[in-house]
Amino acid sequence: MSFSLEGRTYVIMGVANKRSIAWAIAQSLSNAGARLVFTYAGERLGENVRKLADSLDRDDSLVLPCDISEDSAIDEAFKTIKEEVGVIHGLAHCIAFAKSEELEGEYMNTTREGFLLAQNISAYSLTAVAKVVKELDLMKEGGSFVTLTYLGGERAIKNYNVMGVAKASLDASVRYLASDLGQYNIRVNAISAGPLRTLSAKGIAGFNSILKEMEDKSPLRRPVTQEEIGDTALFLMSDLSRGITAEIIHVDGGYNTVGM
Amino acid sequence: MADVEERVKGIVVERLGVEETEVTREARFKEDLGADSLDVVELVMELEDEFDLEISDEDAEKIVTVADVVDYIQAQQ
Repeated sequence: MSFSLEGRTYVIMGVANKRSIAWAIAQSLSNAGARLVFTYAGERLGENVRKLADSLDRDDSLVLPCDISEDSAIDEAFKTIKEEVGVIHGLAHCIAFAKSEELEGEYMNTTREGFLLAQNISAYSLTAVAKVVKELDLMKEGGSFVTLTYLGGERAIKNYNVMGVAKASLDASVRYLASDLGQYNIRVNAISAGPLRTLSAKGIAGFNSILKEMEDKSPLRRPVTQEEIGDTALFLMSDLSRGITAEIIHVDGGYNTVGM
Repeated sequence: MADVEERVKGIVVERLGVEETEVTREARFKEDLGADSLDVVELVMELEDEFDLEISDEDAEKIVTVADVVDYIQAQQ
């Protein structure tokens, strides 16, 4: 058993730019020898992703669009993946969205539309993708799903609001999907990352103060880095974690365990 | 302090994929340079890295034109 991912292929969904956790995961997996397939939403991000994929020192990466709000688009993307690579061994789901005006102020002001949007993009998308991967038998050699969650799904965190509710839904989805897929030797886990300076995080009002709190109060007394999340994803994608499923692993310097 | 202005313009050209000639001091990011809300957030992060400073949400909201950014950074330094 080892960390090596030589000869294996992994799908990375949701790279936006060089600061994305998804990109850190891609780098960790690539360094371990994995072949990568990237999916992106919208041409604007596509260009970023192609540039980043080209910067990896291997030339067999695949980059393709996948609008996870459309079942037909997910179908099409994963059929293409099946044609191109045949089998995948893991998938990193790094996708979330909410209206920025609903990531500040009081949660109770969330609109029905904003609530459903956050659930659809941030939580249901994992289930939709898992279903298609299973239907196409893409993980027939077993596999590992890793998604990104946040403490705001377990506790009420100022300004995180509707996204916290979506993360709670995502966390529950991880457990139910793990229960469904375990019999096929497919594991499903989430990484609950501490706050990182990503595009998504900067959309949350007062993000800089969340980072400061982390530096002051977490047991490690520092923010975590993108690389630390990437390496945890590598562990979850590798055989070393073969006994772990339905788990939420906090990579947050221990922040979730401290009180006052 | 022309240096700050040149560096800011360089980041704007790179980030938004616009021509250097379009990036005048008066150019507005959203209306004139075609930036969407994600572009603006990315731009703010690039500027924070380039000039090693922290731009608060309140200050970021006040940034409309290229000159706003240049003046803000010069005031911080």
